[in-house]
Order: sequence, then structure tokens, then C-alpha cells
Amino acid sequence: MRSLILKTATRLLLPLMLLFSVFVLIRGHNEPGGGFIAGLVAASAFALYAIAYGVNRAEDALHISTINMIGGGLLIAAVSAAFPLLVGDPFFTILWLPFDLPIVGKAGTAFTFDAGVYLVVIGVTLTIIFAMAETEED
Amino acid sequence: MLLAVLSGFILALFAPSIHRATREYTGWLLALLPAALFLYFAGYIQTIADGEVVSSSISWVNLLDVRLDFMLDGLSLLMVLIITGVGTLIVIYAGGYLKGDALIGRFYAYLLSFMAAMVGVVLSDNLITLFIFWELTSITSYLLIGYKHNYDDSRAAALKALVTTGAGGLAMLAGFILLAVASGTWRISSLDTHAQLIQQSDLYLPILILVCIGAFTKSAQFPFHYWLPGAMAAPTPVSAYLHSATMVKAGVYLLARMSPSLGHTDEWTLIVTSVGVITMLMGGYLSLKQYDLKRILAYSTISSLGMLIMLLGWNTKVAIEAAMLFLLVHSLYKGALFMVAGAIDHETGTRDIEGLGGLWRVMPMVAIGTLLAALSMSGIPPLLGFIGKELIYEATLEYEFDVEFVLTFLPALLTFLAVIANMAAIAVACMVTIQPFAGKLKDTPKHPHRAPIALWLGAVLLGIVALALGLFAQIPSKYLVGPAAEVVYGNDLTLKLSLWHGVTPMLILSIITIAGGVMIFWQRYNIRPILNYFDPGAYIGPDLLFVNGIDALPSSAKRFTLIFQSGKLRYYVSIIVLTLIFLVGYVIIARVELPTDLTIEDVRFYELIIPVVILIGVTFVLFSRSLLFTVAALGVIGYGESMIFVLYGAPDLAMTQFAIETLTVILFVLVLYKLPPLVTFSTRRARYRDGIIAIAAGAMITTLILVITALPKEAPLTEFFAGASYDEAQGRNIVNVILVDFRGFDTLGEIIVLGVAALGVYALLKLRPGEFSKTADIDDPEPVIKDDRSAVEE
Repeated sequence: MRSLILKTATRLLLPLMLLFSVFVLIRGHNEPGGGFIAGLVAASAFALYAIAYGVNRAEDALHISTINMIGGGLLIAAVSAAFPLLVGDPFFTILWLPFDLPIVGKAGTAFTFDAGVYLVVIGVTLTIIFAMAETEED
Repeated sequence: MLLAVLSGFILALFAPSIHRATREYTGWLLALLPAALFLYFAGYIQTIADGEVVSSSISWVNLLDVRLDFMLDGLSLLMVLIITGVGTLIVIYAGGYLKGDALIGRFYAYLLSFMAAMVGVVLSDNLITLFIFWELTSITSYLLIGYKHNYDDSRAAALKALVTTGAGGLAMLAGFILLAVASGTWRISSLDTHAQLIQQSDLYLPILILVCIGAFTKSAQFPFHYWLPGAMAAPTPVSAYLHSATMVKAGVYLLARMSPSLGHTDEWTLIVTSVGVITMLMGGYLSLKQYDLKRILAYSTISSLGMLIMLLGWNTKVAIEAAMLFLLVHSLYKGALFMVAGAIDHETGTRDIEGLGGLWRVMPMVAIGTLLAALSMSGIPPLLGFIGKELIYEATLEYEFDVEFVLTFLPALLTFLAVIANMAAIAVACMVTIQPFAGKLKDTPKHPHRAPIALWLGAVLLGIVALALGLFAQIPSKYLVGPAAEVVYGNDLTLKLSLWHGVTPMLILSIITIAGGVMIFWQRYNIRPILNYFDPGAYIGPDLLFVNGIDALPSSAKRFTLIFQSGKLRYYVSIIVLTLIFLVGYVIIARVELPTDLTIEDVRFYELIIPVVILIGVTFVLFSRSLLFTVAALGVIGYGESMIFVLYGAPDLAMTQFAIETLTVILFVLVLYKLPPLVTFSTRRARYRDGIIAIAAGAMITTLILVITALPKEAPLTEFFAGASYDEAQGRNIVNVILVDFRGFDTLGEIIVLGVAALGVYALLKLRPGEFSKTADIDDPEPVIKDDRSAVEE
């Protein structure tokens, strides 16, 4: 099953797909896209990698554990939602930076919240896929 | 005033650490707070007696109009003085009673929190605030009853009390909300002026019943009385404080507080009086059957609470005066008697009255406290209890109604019943005084010795107060009971209490009562077998109902689970789909006009291709003999749907669907090898059944879409979001703006659910039963349900 073609193609595809997922995430506020879709794209990239190279290599490539990714994503999302409380606005008020950032454009807590969603989706999808793939390898 | 309420909670936080520093002096030290509060509120006595009301208000939840409104009037003053006064003595007493107990620091924390919550209840001038403090008293009561948490019965009793009073509290909350709807205000002090509005509203009866349920559960009225005797599992300071002097009076307080706005109607009199009378008689009857000191006192407390409720239901001027006076009297003597019972238990190791005797020789101070309290309980002059009893008889004898259902003999009947209940109370007073203290010293599990000062101080002080207030009866009538009764009655009244009225019917009734009570005590060994002969509680009764109900919960939950959680995915899917078919199908058939115009125009070539591709995919799924092939065909169907989304302008949906389809296929491939080769598990009949369900679901969805597309092409939502998403949320992609901004709360909830689901999958796949001992310290990964599953197999 570990074909050379798949391996070579995956090595090229992984960075491209990840780049694409970030692109989808960033443009999400104005064009079709967003954290959820972007997360799925990134997750499929790593799923492909896991099929080509095995789960262990894929987990190494990810650098952090998928469970921590879920936790980190939830934390980022929750902090984004709670941050306005610090400046006296109600929970989940979206705050915007007064100036545009390069590449990202308008930046605010909506974007960081979406980034949290992105991480959670990657983490959840990969947790399930890796767990299933690993039991299969046993 | 806010600080006065909150100080108890604040001190409770530090109570355990203070205890670590001061050890056995902690009780004396912590008692300074209730003592200071007592003095603080006592400072208002003159102001309140002059007819003023002290109030304070702080905004809390503006959006819901919930404010921290506090108010001190005659009624709250009487209650708050009882709470802080008895509280001071109880904290000292607890220090002596639980000396050396490992968790006593925590006990102080619970006790002080309870006191603060109780002060909050009686000072609240806002319905919601009152409810919150009310529930806080239930929770602290739960913690205190379950203080000895390593005992089964202690935990069960705590739970019983919490479930009962908690459920009552919820009923009360519902009543409060209706009350606010009917009256238009959350402020309790404004309710009185809306009394007519409330009582003429259609909601009046529901409000009255719900509020009464709250009050009856808290004050242990029939049929909710069963939790109180169980609550005696708590350490005695708790029984003395919560379950006789204060918390159980919260229901009485609530009805007294609501009396001006809800009272003076036929319904009020009927419900409140009859429940009170039943409780009063039942409590008296049950108290005579007991041998355990604390249980005797518990049932006698139920009886007294019933009498208070009865008086509030009767609701005449004298009845209210009597209720307020008896509230004070009862808190003084019953608190003292409980403390005495605890002291006896502590020193001798038993609470069985038949095993006690002659203790006055060893514990003279405890005996004095008991004697004063028992005399007040029996209504012997010159104690305050005497005046209380006179006033109760005066109230029941009175007949100032022109209410239709009141028959002429009712006052006589009520008086007769009150006399009987009071006889039982006197017999109880004799039982708890004469039996343990008089006669010869008996052998007890522990050798009794002189009780330390902390154990007798409270009882003696409360007894002295009862004596002093009786001797100088004009003080309580002017400063304590009078102002409270005025609040409850809603009018000015002139209350004059005195010890000697001359020879009145009340005095004669008092003498009869005392004689009868002593007779019962004297003949107790002959009476008890008769009482025991009738024991309805063993066959029926709310306590049994409660216990059986709680027991039935897990077994019915199990049965329910076995039906709906069969462990078979195909049943789950069937249930979900069938529910959908019936709910949506019902609405479509019953409420919606089906579209008649079904002509199709302008079909493009590629629009035809996609359905054809999907149909081919479906055919392959149905008839394929290979798993891999089936999975691929399912993917084709999914991609076909995504194409439809692309064509009809939903790019976000299409992208998501594409990604999901891809990942689904990957997941399928990953587990494919583990699955057995494709064989037909289901019978022919099951397949026809599933086919019918599937076709019905398809038909239903098709109809639904036809109905929706036939709707007029106005889309206010789209327009709103199109405008608002750029103006307010600075984004042009409506879908994403809704996800992260307008409905961000939903999204946050959803990703949390996703995360939990992933953890669940991870745990199921990674933590095999064999690895449990290594990875997690859980002993038995639910083997029970697994066996039962086979029972439901088809």
C-alpha cells in the first residue's frame, strides 16, 4: 500500500495543502472559506500523509499531539470570546484592531476565534483518524 | 446592609484556616461575627418600632431587572435577630460539641455560610434574590446534614432533604415568576400594593399553590415532612439551628411575607390552614411514639411548624400576632432543647430516653436550661410560652369571617385540635425533661460528667431570654412581635401582651391542656402500644413514596436505555430518521398547504447530469457486493450533492461537503480491513422495513423542499445578514460572519462538543479493557450493560 508515487506526491502536497488551508482560513471573513473548512483541508493533508508514511511519521510531522491541539484550539476560542470582558464589553463582543495587518487584512477577535475553530477541527479529525489507523496497524 | 449579608460568606471562606490557628477557641472567636450582626440589627429595633423601613438596593443583573434589594422591617428584624442570636450560641456550642473532630474547620464554614444565606432570605426585597438565598440555605443544609459523609444514612438523609427542598424551591421560583407576571414587579415590598391585581388575576391559584409548595417543603409540612426526621442525622448543632430555630421557619417566613399580597382569600385559608392542621396533629402523634431524644424533638418541631402555618392560614389579626409570638417562643425553647439533647448525647453516649435518668446530679446547668425551655414549651407562666399559648387559643376561638365555607363550628374544632396538639407538646416537654434528668442515675455507654460551658451556655441563655421576655411582656409586644405582626397583617395594630388576663376561656383551656399533657406523659406506657398499633407510615406515606421513587429511577433509566441504546447503529439511525419523519411529516400534513404547481422549466443539461450520477451511485450502493465499492459509490453521491451546492450558489457548503466526503472515504478505508466481508446480516423482512423507512424519509424531504421553494421569494433574513454582516461585523462572507460573530456562542458550544466527541473516540479505541489497569485507574469498564444488550437482539 505504501506506494512510491503516493509518498512523493504527498511530500509535495502536504505543504501546498497546508498553505491552502491557511489561505482559506484567512479569506474566510470575506470570501468562501473559514476555520471549519480550512481545518478539514489541513486535516486531510495530514491524513494523506498518514496513509503514505504511517501514523507515527504523521504524528511526528504534526509536532504536537492532536489532543493538545483540541485543547489549545478551545483555549484560543474561549480566550477570544472572553477577552472583551477585560475591556468592559459583554462576552463575545468582537473587537477589531484599528489598522489593517499585512496579508491578513482586518484583524480582530473574530479571526482569532476562527483560528481556534481551525485548530479544534484539525485536532478532532486527526485524533479520530489516527486512533483508527493505529488500531488497524496493531 | 449588603456587607451584613455577605460577611458570613466571607468569613466562611477563612473559617478553616482560622481554625488551624486557634484550635479549640475557634468557636468563641467565630461567634463574634453573628454576635456583631445581632448587635448591628438590634440597633435598628427602635427605628423599626417607630414604623420605619430600612432598605438598600444595588443593581446586579440589569438586563433581567434583578437587583440586590434588601429591606429591614418588623418581620425581617424578628427573623434576623433569631438567626444571628441563636447563631451566636450555636457557633459556640458547635465548638464544644465537635471538639477534636478532624473536619470541624469545614463545619464552621458551612455553618457560617448557612447563617449568611438565611440572613439573605429574610432581608431580600427581590423575588429572585430571595430565591437564590433560599436555595443557598438548601445547599448548605445538605452539606451540614451530610457532614458525617462516611455514613450511608447521613448521606441518604442529606440527599432526601436536598431533593425535597430543592424541588420545592423550583416550584417556588415558578410561582415567583408568575407573581411577577401578574403584578409587574419583582420587588417584594411593592407586591402589597398590587394585592388586588394579583388576586383577581387568572394566575392567582397557580401562584398560591406553587409558593405554598415552596413554603411547605422548607417548613416540613405534610406531605413533605418526611425529610426533617432524617435530617437528624446531622450533628446536633445543625439540628438545633437549621432544623428547629431557623431554616424550617423560612417557609413560615415566606407565607408571612406573602400574606398581605396573597392572603385573605378563601383559597389561602383553605389550603394553608388545612395543611397546617394536618401537620400539627401528625407531628404531635408521631412525636409521642419516639424514644430517641432528637427524633422526639424533630416530630414535635413538625407539629409546631404546622401550628404556625395553621395560624398564618387563619390569618386574622390575633392569629397573626399569635403566629409571630409563637415563632419567637418556639425558636427559643426548641433551639435550647436540641442543644440539651446534644449535650446529653455528648456526655452519655446515648439519646434513648428510656436509658437515661438522674442526670440533674451530674449536669445541673444543662438541667436548668432544659427546665426553662420545657416550661416555656408547656406554656407555664411566667415564661413567654404561656403568653404564646393564650394568644393561640384566642386566635382559634375567634370568628370574624364572612367567608362562605367557614361553618360555625369551625373555630371550636380548630381550638379543640390545637388543644390536642399542645397536649402532645407538653407530654414531649415532660418526656425530654423528667425522663433524662429526674430519678436515679442509670448506666450509660459513656460515664457522664459535668458538661463544659460551651455545651450548656446556649440552652441556659435561651431559657433566661424566654423567662425575661415573659416577665416583661411589653418589650416583645412593642419591639419584636408587634412590628412583625403589623407587617404581616398589613395594618397598624396595637398588640398588648401580658401574663395575666383574668379568668378567660383561654386560661381555662391552658389549664386543661397542661392537665391533659401531664396525663399523657403519666400514661405513656399505656398509650404507646395503642399508638404503635396504628402505623400507617409503614405501608403508605410520602417517605415510602420518595424512597421507592428514587429507587425506581435507575431501574427505569436502565430499561429506557436498553430500548434506545441498543448498541446497534442501524437502530439508532432508524430511530432518528423515524422521529424526523413523524415530526416533520405531521407538520407538513397537518399545517402546510402542499404546492400544486409542479411544472419544471429551464432545465439545463448539466443540471440533469448530476441527479443521474447520484442515482447511479445509489444503485451501486444498494446492489454492490464489495465494501470498497460501496464506500466509493457513497463518495460519488456526496460529491454529486456538493456539485448541486456549487451550482446553486452555496460555495461554503460545497467546500465543506467536499472536504467531509473526502475524509469520510479516508476513514472508511482505514477501518475497512477490520470489517468482515460484506454479508447480509439482516433478514428479508428487516430489509423491506428499512427500505420503507428510507423511501418515506426521501419522500418527506422532497415534499419539504417543494414546500419551502414554493414559499414567496422574500428572504428578510438574507437581506438582514447581507447588510448587517458588513456594517456591524466587518465581513462580506455571511456564512462565516454568522459562524464566528452573530452565532459565535453556538460555534463555541459546537467545538466543545466536537472536542469531547474526539476524546470519546480516542478513549474507546485506545484504552482497551486490558490496558485499563495500566493507563487509568478505573476498575470496571461497565460490564453490566453489555450482557443486557443481547437480550434486545432481534
